[in-house]
Amino acid sequence: MVEFVLFVIFGIAAIYGGVTMVWARNPVYSAMGLMLTLFSVAVFYVSNAGHFVAAVHVIVYAGAVMTLFLFVIMLIGVDRAEDFSENLPLQRTLSLVLLALFGAAVLVAGRLDWANGPHTTGDPVNGTVEAIGDELFRRWLLPFEMTALLLIIAAAGTVALAHFRRSQEEEEEEAS
Amino acid sequence: MIVASWCTVTPGWYMALAAVLFVIGASGMLLRRNALVMFMSVELMLNAVNLSFVAAGRELNVIEGQVSVFFVMVVAAAEVVVGLAIIVMVFRRRSTASVDELSDLRG
Repeated sequence: MVEFVLFVIFGIAAIYGGVTMVWARNPVYSAMGLMLTLFSVAVFYVSNAGHFVAAVHVIVYAGAVMTLFLFVIMLIGVDRAEDFSENLPLQRTLSLVLLALFGAAVLVAGRLDWANGPHTTGDPVNGTVEAIGDELFRRWLLPFEMTALLLIIAAAGTVALAHFRRSQEEEEEEAS
Repeated sequence: MIVASWCTVTPGWYMALAAVLFVIGASGMLLRRNALVMFMSVELMLNAVNLSFVAAGRELNVIEGQVSVFFVMVVAAAEVVVGLAIIVMVFRRRSTASVDELSDLRG
């Protein structure tokens, strides 16, 4: 019963936040809508026994990703409203129709047997730090190390982007 | 009795909610022309998939659902860092974040 009430409240909040994100003219409002959705998703993680995942989700998204988004919005000064002009004919109607079809297809596919397959017998999932760490550092050790490599590549790539841009600017200044 | 069974939240409900969130994210990708909002839409789609992973893991009694969420989160974080850096670079050169203006590669 508690789970049902939580599902209804935060489900409405998540959908409202998502629609706000798409519809808001101001990117700051879009970011706020996305934040509401992400918080609701964290609540759903908790009600699905993913306590550690929920904590990591809040730290990574609210703490890092959304801060970075708001920082970039302020940095490049697009905190002003934009007009919703559309250059491609039929893009809006066609995409909305196809999205409605896609959503219906996903919902129907969720009702099929492969998604509601037989329950495996086992202990109920309890997403504690211990359980996830046990799995992560035994069976998924190599993919885990790969994510470390990925993060280093991303950080190095970002630094390289900033660095090469600066040297190019200097060359242009010298040429002019 | 009927109310009690109707009020039970099965993982299918979370799957349906994840599908709705994914479609909202895809609509943001298709309808908006602001690169930043398109990026936020990608984040929303990744989160919808994460939610379905966790719900499926609980349904099937396996912890791998939550381990997958972990990996998706790392990839999303790396993607945001590089993508926002590219958007800032483009903005410094063009003074716009609209993808309509970026048509240099048009033949």
